[in-house]
Amino acid sequence: MIKLTVNEKEFKVDVGPDVPLLWVIREYLKLTGTKYVCGLGLCGSCTVHIDGKAMRSCQIPVNDAVGKKITTIEGIPEDHPVKKAWIKEQVPQCGYCQPGQIMEAAAFLAEKKNPTEEEIINHMSGHLCRCGTYPRIKLAIRTAAKKGGKQ
Amino acid sequence: MSRSITRREFLKKSLAGAGLTIAVSMTPFGHKIFAIEEGKKDIPFKPNVWLQITPDNMITVYVNKSEMGQGIYTSLPMIVAEELDADWKQIRVKSAPAGDEYKDPVWGSQSTGGSTSIRHMHDTLQKAGAATREMLVKAAALTWKIEESDCESIAGKVINKKNGKSLTYGKLSQKAAQIKVPQEPKVKTVPSKLKGNSIARVDIPAKVNGSAVFGFDVQVKGMLYGTVERPPAYGAKVISYDEKSALKIPGVRYVVPITRGMAVCADTVDAAWKGKKALKTMWGKGIQPDMNTGKLESEFMSYLDKKGLIARDDGDVINTMKKSAKKVEAVYLLPYLSHVNMEPMNCTASVVKDACDIWVPTQNQTGVFELAKKITGLKPEQINVHTTYLGTGFGRRAETDVVEEALEISKAIGKPLKVIWTREEDMQNDFYRPGNSCRIEGALDDKGNLIAWSHKVVVPSIFARAMPGAVKNGIDPAAVEGIENMPYQIQNIRVEYVRIDTPVPVGFWRSVGSTHNAFTVESFIDEMANAAGRDPLEFRLSLLKNNPRLRRLLETVAEKAGWGKSPKTGQALGIAQHFCFGSYVAQVAEVSVDRQNGRIKVHRVVCAVDCGSVINPDTVKAQMEGGIIMGLSAALKEKVEFADGGVRSSNLHNYEVLRMHEAPEIEVHIVVSNDKLGGIGEPGVPPIAPAVANAVFKAAGVRLRHLPMSPDTVVSALRKG
Repeated sequence: MIKLTVNEKEFKVDVGPDVPLLWVIREYLKLTGTKYVCGLGLCGSCTVHIDGKAMRSCQIPVNDAVGKKITTIEGIPEDHPVKKAWIKEQVPQCGYCQPGQIMEAAAFLAEKKNPTEEEIINHMSGHLCRCGTYPRIKLAIRTAAKKGGKQ
Repeated sequence: MSRSITRREFLKKSLAGAGLTIAVSMTPFGHKIFAIEEGKKDIPFKPNVWLQITPDNMITVYVNKSEMGQGIYTSLPMIVAEELDADWKQIRVKSAPAGDEYKDPVWGSQSTGGSTSIRHMHDTLQKAGAATREMLVKAAALTWKIEESDCESIAGKVINKKNGKSLTYGKLSQKAAQIKVPQEPKVKTVPSKLKGNSIARVDIPAKVNGSAVFGFDVQVKGMLYGTVERPPAYGAKVISYDEKSALKIPGVRYVVPITRGMAVCADTVDAAWKGKKALKTMWGKGIQPDMNTGKLESEFMSYLDKKGLIARDDGDVINTMKKSAKKVEAVYLLPYLSHVNMEPMNCTASVVKDACDIWVPTQNQTGVFELAKKITGLKPEQINVHTTYLGTGFGRRAETDVVEEALEISKAIGKPLKVIWTREEDMQNDFYRPGNSCRIEGALDDKGNLIAWSHKVVVPSIFARAMPGAVKNGIDPAAVEGIENMPYQIQNIRVEYVRIDTPVPVGFWRSVGSTHNAFTVESFIDEMANAAGRDPLEFRLSLLKNNPRLRRLLETVAEKAGWGKSPKTGQALGIAQHFCFGSYVAQVAEVSVDRQNGRIKVHRVVCAVDCGSVINPDTVKAQMEGGIIMGLSAALKEKVEFADGGVRSSNLHNYEVLRMHEAPEIEVHIVVSNDKLGGIGEPGVPPIAPAVANAVFKAAGVRLRHLPMSPDTVVSALRKG
């Protein structure tokens, strides 16, 4: 049995230690907001927070996540400035990559309150969006950054 | 969005007579509109649109189109709500199940593609809304015993103009259901509240909080996970496999040979993948074991010397060329492209003795339904297709290959099962945008006027496999779209199509033939402008004297982009236009080229679009932005590589797509016209590649005729000068 803390809840799962965290979150905990796209850590769609840092859950054996605080898209409050900004700027199209984008942006803004355009681009370029929502992601991060101080 | 309902549930619920249910059927004699009556078992027509008003004052619109990011779950209900004078807050959207009741009235099938959803559904939805509104007003007039002209419908209520009292649509719904359905309801000539305004998309909140259910996310009780080992080379057959080793992996339950390969079913994804590895399937060589990228490209080039079929032949191209003052000839070569839908292909199926349920992100419900009938042998009423959200489609999900796999496996094991593809499987088992080559010749008179254009395109046929009926006189419409109907007035035009068949399957890729034909036509028109020593914009406008709509669009985009003014040092502008799926799009790209490393930087793209009237402007804008980025990704980066008779490209490290640091600033201008509604999902894609190539020519003096315009291509072109 492996013990995990996800979205401030404790879970016990009967799973091999090498299974990627992504699949444990999706199949055992039924938290399907975290997505599979490439399985190589190249696209960012499986991003979750581990102790507050944005990490690619497809690259983390579940055993490495034991004892750490894991947060998924479902654990981000609805009134979080990033989620609100994503709605305000009407970012998603198909929406499949967006939970990963939001997780990255939320961790980024927690560290960097008022990023420059260049910092946003450098930070977010590890995430792919095939619908091409990049201009709106940039806009939403700027919107969230403006509101972030009032949180 | 709520979960989709089954056909059985829907018919049962709607026939229960709760409130008012309106259905509209488009027949050869026009629209038939009718209310579903209480207790009535049979539906008299085959309706295409359903909407339901219930006593709880909610209005449910059943949408027969798939939501894949194009905003259709918002735009289609907007059309109904507009006519109905509904309050947008009372509108609910449900995904329609698959069945004859929900077929697209123009296509006679339930499918989403060709940028047609609004164009095909608009009039029918309008009628549904308008008829329902008239019935509700009549019900109110009867209740108050006043004239209908003394009633007014506003925001989901009917107001008594005499005393200011009002009744909600919900309250009126039962009474309205008893009223004779008007067959010629009056539709609005001027939209008032919704149409033409940017309405927030109904699917976005669920896509932001992670609760949106894509095919990949479907959970069915007792479900296993399935993975399929498919041939690494086209046409290869299984030689051997180690079933015992696979079954030894904890969690692996079944190994099932199916039509397309070897399936492994397990309790978890991880176990299924481990089981597939343990299977150690050995494959034979395939039908063309030595096929690779280089061989395919040589073949495309050598086919340029073959004689093809003539798709258009105006005037006398050969003699005009001979007599011309100046002739230009150019050869273009474009690669195969993969869709790279973010959500890999998947399908969940449950085939039991007397029922079949399929949960699938599909653009082709009718195809799924027909396939289920064939594979299961069940009756139509025993089959339910549940459409989930689509993690993009781009034409790939019009194919039903993954559905076939899921149905075959579930039928064999008698259990529900979700087949999921890895990224590698998705990339290597695609129906690709066809590679192609072109030889184009153009001629100028002594005044620099374009007097002849000869265009030969070598390309595999998509329609020959997908819809053979669309191939007329041997000519695949996708092969020549955008060339054969180019808008330029040239007296002598010849378009020749050479079909090439390779083992690589080809399919619909966002904007289809226009993806390649716009590149060659709009690059070559620039080549001719340059040969004539004329400005590319002025040259185009001079050939569009009879097309004021396109002239206006080009003038708009040029003005907004600062055409004719000096750009920043090292930067240059390129322009291109294209008409497809009923819409005109023109784009200007602002580009610089790093002469050392060959990198092209696209700083800014200005886009103008004329799609006739507009339903949801922000969606039009979003589709243009997305189309430009996808088109730019293909133009700069994408190319499927082949080796050893199969596909070598496997994941995002060797088939790269555009990332944020490569994305330009995008400015979209919607030019509203009174012309027919045009599509919006695809037309944003085609103009960007030629706009960039034309800008590169201006910035660096080299003409790039091969795609993608990768740094290597640019450097070697610069060396050649």
